[in-house]
Amino acid sequence: MIINHPILGPRDSQEFVYLGDAALIDRPDGLAEGALDTFHDYLYLRDNPAGLHRELWYHEQGDRSWLVVTRNTLTHEITQVELARDVARARGRSK
Amino acid sequence: MTQSNRIPGGQIDRARSLSFTFDGVTYQGHPGDTLASALLANGQRLMGRSFKYHRPRGPISAGSEEPNALVELRGGARREPNTRATVVELFDGLSAESQNRWPSLKFDAMAVNDRLSNFFAAGFYYKTFMWPKAFWEKLYEPIIRRAAGLGSLSREEDPDQYDKGFLHCDLLIIGAGPAGLMAALTAGRAGARVILADEDFRMGGRLNAETHEVGGLAGADWAAQAVAELRSMANVRLMPRTTIIGAMDHGIYAAVERVSDHLPVPLPGKPRQILWRIYSRRAILAGGATERPIAFENNDRPGILLAGSLRAYANRWGVAVGRRVAVFTNNDDGLRTASDLKAKGLEVRVIDARKGEEVVDTAGRLGLSSVTIRSGGRTETFACEALAVSGGWNPNVNIASHHRGRPVWNDAIAAFVPGQGDIPGLEAAGAAAGRFSTRAALETGAAAAEGALADLGRSAPARDLPTAEDGPYAITPKWYVGGGKGRAWIDQQNDVTLKDVKLAHQENYTSVEHLKRYTTLGMATDQGKTGNVLGLAVMASLTGKSIPQTGTTVYRPPYTPVAMGTLAGRSRGQEFKPKRLTPSHKWASEQGAVFVEVGQWLRAQWLPRAGETQWRESVDREVLATRKSVGICDVTTLGKIDIQGTDAGAFLDKVYANTFSTLAVGKCRYGLMLREDGIVYDDGTTARLGQNEYVMTTTTANAVLVFRNLEYARQCLYPDMDVQLISTTEAWAQFSVAGPNARKLLQKLVDQDISDAELPYMGCREITVCGGLRARIFRISFSGELAYEIAVPTRYGDALIRELVEQGREFDAVVYGTEALGVMRVEKGHVAGNELNGQSTALNMGLGKMVSKKKDSIGMVLSQREGMNDPNGYRLVGVKPVDPAQKLTAGSHFLEKGAAPVIANDLGWLTSVVYSPHLGCSIALGYLKKGDERRGQRLRAANLLAGAEVEVEIVSPHFFDPEGERLRG
Repeated sequence: MIINHPILGPRDSQEFVYLGDAALIDRPDGLAEGALDTFHDYLYLRDNPAGLHRELWYHEQGDRSWLVVTRNTLTHEITQVELARDVARARGRSK
Repeated sequence: MTQSNRIPGGQIDRARSLSFTFDGVTYQGHPGDTLASALLANGQRLMGRSFKYHRPRGPISAGSEEPNALVELRGGARREPNTRATVVELFDGLSAESQNRWPSLKFDAMAVNDRLSNFFAAGFYYKTFMWPKAFWEKLYEPIIRRAAGLGSLSREEDPDQYDKGFLHCDLLIIGAGPAGLMAALTAGRAGARVILADEDFRMGGRLNAETHEVGGLAGADWAAQAVAELRSMANVRLMPRTTIIGAMDHGIYAAVERVSDHLPVPLPGKPRQILWRIYSRRAILAGGATERPIAFENNDRPGILLAGSLRAYANRWGVAVGRRVAVFTNNDDGLRTASDLKAKGLEVRVIDARKGEEVVDTAGRLGLSSVTIRSGGRTETFACEALAVSGGWNPNVNIASHHRGRPVWNDAIAAFVPGQGDIPGLEAAGAAAGRFSTRAALETGAAAAEGALADLGRSAPARDLPTAEDGPYAITPKWYVGGGKGRAWIDQQNDVTLKDVKLAHQENYTSVEHLKRYTTLGMATDQGKTGNVLGLAVMASLTGKSIPQTGTTVYRPPYTPVAMGTLAGRSRGQEFKPKRLTPSHKWASEQGAVFVEVGQWLRAQWLPRAGETQWRESVDREVLATRKSVGICDVTTLGKIDIQGTDAGAFLDKVYANTFSTLAVGKCRYGLMLREDGIVYDDGTTARLGQNEYVMTTTTANAVLVFRNLEYARQCLYPDMDVQLISTTEAWAQFSVAGPNARKLLQKLVDQDISDAELPYMGCREITVCGGLRARIFRISFSGELAYEIAVPTRYGDALIRELVEQGREFDAVVYGTEALGVMRVEKGHVAGNELNGQSTALNMGLGKMVSKKKDSIGMVLSQREGMNDPNGYRLVGVKPVDPAQKLTAGSHFLEKGAAPVIANDLGWLTSVVYSPHLGCSIALGYLKKGDERRGQRLRAANLLAGAEVEVEIVSPHFFDPEGERLRG
């Protein structure tokens, strides 16, 4: 597969390490009320879509960017590649 | 031997002769021959024995689809089983052996299987040999495996090299027949970067095997002219002897180039084969079509070939398989075989299925001698040596179906063609697209290239198609000849007959996928290239469904068999993985150190001295000398990560379970890292070198993973933190210097004062050594001794170990390896890999209090789960044998005295065992249920595998200096 890195352009997927569902970005607050339950769901409950899937890839053999890749799990078509940091910020993460 | 069956013509170099052997007999052939064509030229139709029934077999094809003519090629370590004689390029001195026969190809004792064929029908494994059950593994299976088989491996190491490579192009063209050549000319002339790959050693595809003209030239000459033009273009790369084996994602294709297979041995420095990864923007599948047989009784005798292949042997190789030839066809292409062979003066008789004529049987045990036909209700037997069969042509849809795309049935040609858009960017042309005439191949090849050029934003040159035949195909499907009692083969390589398919149907295997697995149809090395569609058609006619309703099989890479060595490339032996050497490696090698692999690293395990014959002698000495005076150990392999920024401390508070933002500048702290699920992930000391600068150490094993996770936390979880990371594992050579004289030794090298007042326990400093060399010093201890770790830029590591050893002479300093390191850490009760086993919590390790609940760190929340905080759960303990003479064994399980050794009574296990020279006995760490409440108890440590057990006493894991006085000294 080829991943179109937002900074470096098209790169072979062999340069990357795959992590999984980009929903991992939405890490709950560990100090909030009921954190045990929210963390359980956060860590263990995943969608397994046959179709578009947003997932985390790490450019380990490259610039060390974490990317959010939108990939069709049926065709491997990649429709969007974003810097995970931008996605995290857009989803309200900060410090 | 004479080439008795050689006839005039063909693209072989008759001026030169090549000598080769088959089953020890020497034959002659010519450059341009394949092994099969040369053997046929010498009248040798018999080339192998079938898989199950050991039926005598000859080639049915002239290409890579060959199911029968499999041979062992070459000898010694280069012996290669299951090589298709039809694609082996002849070279002088080639030697080949037939396989799957004993004692000889002509007299094969296992041919008795053929007489017992009723026992070997589809599913015989599951029926005949079912009972008694115990006989299967010990008796039936080994016998069957021995009887049914293919060639054998040499069992020696492959002496050749295999490479991997990367290629890029605008347009990849798969196949260099008329469609592929026309596509390449069109795209090449437009200036596009083109790769044209063909599995054959001679480009031209069917043009080399036909007599029709193209552009007023003989087809083969037109092809040669096209290849010459393409060769002159700098933007075109021609890759003969190259098979595209698979369509990967996003325009990437895998290809195997047989660089040296046509030579006796590879030229110096050249690989045998190269596995290419071809990155293309567009691709054209012009892989042609494969002819299929018709199933009739005894249709597998040597001398019965596919019609197009028989014609290819005559036209391309100047070989008449027999002087008297019968042609059984259901289409006009088969008639071409008849007319071409007639024109060469052979005696030809046509059996046209479209006129109700059919072949009902054949005779000739080791080679065809006669054919029985039925026509208009009359049967007739006549003598012939060759029978050409054409049941039609199947477009080679394989590559186009590699993304799970299902090919589409086309009634007009009674065959599957590639589905539209199954692989983005791939277009089929020519026979691969079901367009069988030469004219159509040229036209669709040009059109596919024009389409690709348009996609690439290039303008195509004006279309300039040469004149070519555009004859009809006129097929009327004819799959099998019914009514007989004998066997009619569908898949010759796996010996699957019409009967087997009927039996599978009777037994209700109605899905084609089940049919395939039950009968093994299409599951041999040829992957059913000639038999699959025929089997499907038979299935369809049995069920009364149409072929598209019956389905098709899934095509997967590779297109043709690939050697394991090609897939491995250079990744074998010492080059299987990178080898990382520590800065002291050269010095340690000079000392005769014994090394151990730790991940990719080679670390000194112990350093034997003269007279030491047994590893324990060296390890005990290293431990005792360190505890007595001073020892030095290379700890460079531990991961080192520089962490800088105004939020560095806050960041560490997130990734460590304990707190680091409060650590004073110039101090170190032991850090515990959890996974998000609360299990302990890694540990190490992290030092604060400045207000906004920390340096973290990780375990050797997790150096890469921890860094990856830190980047994950930094970018995905805390994107606005001002923190930067860089791995400095390779940048610093780091040595542990431990023992009562550690400070005295180091003070000789360090330019600054490192007295206890200046550098107390857990202190760190940036210093200089040896008169100005930049260095770092950390007063940390893994051994329990007064200890330091000192780091210098890696290029000074070798000099530093030599200087430490030199300056250490007055203290009798030793250098110790990983074994002594392990002994001392167990004596001190520190956890390491065996305890950080991916299942243990901080509580299990006795470090539960380190997990701060006041801050939100990774793993903090889920570490509070009930199951992980079981008061009856495992706790880290120390273990000693009650009788010091007894040895402990790691992995032994704790049992109460008198308790039966069953799971219900299991109390835990010994994780790490060492011999402590300090205590003079075997000692261990272990995880024990309620271990913290069991100090002083006596239990059994049972090694159930060895049937041994030792009575043990549970003690504190801190065997040595539990108050820590020594390390603070």
